[in-house]
Amino acid sequence: MEKHYTDSKVKGVSTGTTILAAVFDGGVVIGSDSRASIGGDYISSKTMNKVIQVHDRIFCGIAGSLADAQAVTKAAKSHLSFHSVQMESPPLVVAAASVLKDLCYKNKEELQAGFMTAGWDRKKGPQIYVVALGGMLLNQQVTIGGSGSTYIFGYVDAKYKPNMTREECVQFATNALALAMGRDNVSGGVAHLVVITEKEVEHVVVPGDKLPRFHDE
Amino acid sequence: MAAAASMMPIFGHQISSKNDLVPDWNREEVSTGTTIMAVEYDGGVVIGADSRTTTGAYIANRVTDKLTRIHDRIYCCRSVLVPLQEDSRVLVQFGFYVELDEPPLVETAANLFRASCYRYREELMAGILVAGWDRRKGGQVYCVPIGGMLVRQPVAVGGSGSTYVYGFMDSNYKPGLNKDQCLELTASALSLAMERDGSSGGVIRLASISEDGVERRVILGDQLPRFSTH
Repeated sequence: MEKHYTDSKVKGVSTGTTILAAVFDGGVVIGSDSRASIGGDYISSKTMNKVIQVHDRIFCGIAGSLADAQAVTKAAKSHLSFHSVQMESPPLVVAAASVLKDLCYKNKEELQAGFMTAGWDRKKGPQIYVVALGGMLLNQQVTIGGSGSTYIFGYVDAKYKPNMTREECVQFATNALALAMGRDNVSGGVAHLVVITEKEVEHVVVPGDKLPRFHDE
Repeated sequence: MAAAASMMPIFGHQISSKNDLVPDWNREEVSTGTTIMAVEYDGGVVIGADSRTTTGAYIANRVTDKLTRIHDRIYCCRSVLVPLQEDSRVLVQFGFYVELDEPPLVETAANLFRASCYRYREELMAGILVAGWDRRKGGQVYCVPIGGMLVRQPVAVGGSGSTYVYGFMDSNYKPGLNKDQCLELTASALSLAMERDGSSGGVIRLASISEDGVERRVILGDQLPRFSTH
């Protein structure tokens, strides 16, 4: 949702990226592309996973400066594991998102990273929270982020429906990522998808040649 | 708000002082931030645009007609970052072709735009879609993006709102659509772009051009295709 005007010559490796998360009936899908580049000139990684696990059923998609995102998620992970030991129960998704939000808000001058937190908890089921660049926290049913997201706003607005089945949602996420990768030069590679439900967490990787192909003019 | 503030320096005019007592539309230049789209079908083309013209945060015209008639069966629409003074020149040059016995070719019109855009590529920043029908090649859409390239495409979008609908267009366009399907595709894509782009909005103006002539229609705000909101 945020367009990152990152000057990557100053910031180093940036995840020009596409990340997406969508709630379906019984769970949530969070996905990303896998390309990490320096200013769009050199691809430093073709297979980077931008969906990071911060707890058993809570995952985080990162966009923006890779270094900032890794530092923040590492701090958040340790906060959360301590928190869940104290509470003697798994953390709520909103708790995970709040931890990230605090870190982003208090360090907003130095950091340039945005997150989407998706997960399942016993209190509210599947949820997605977006933590934007300055530290705003927002609950949404479907959200997209990163540089590639601008190209799929129309597609997501048109195609997302609440209460889809798991298969429909995975197909929707794969299509959306494929479309964004098709137009954004700093997004690409494989599509990493994580499907989170009450029972389990499934990591699906769709390699480049298996991505859906649309009419290529 | 943040997006508007960061876009302003690109145009080179003064960065406003954000004084709330003075409205910014006195100082801002007219911008046709916009969404335009054109699609070919067998027998003609469909061309469409939104209808919003802004000066800063003020909508100077909410019912602009951005579909410009070049000739009987040739229309163009422009997305302009720096105003295109060459427009009238192109239209005058076109006057010469009307003197010939047959209607001008769409490719000719597109080439005239391209020549101007390329020659003045340092000063101008305009993206143009030229769409029309001629007897030689039927319905054609030509895209003249910033810099002055010319390329024929079966479907093309342009303007500030176009970035949001590339994905929708890629997934929904297939070769072999008929006229009504093209109209529906264009209306849907423009509606989605208008939902997300602050500089695009108002009504959708459509024109379908074929051998039989030009059929214009307007889709008003309450009749815009609507998608599930979330």
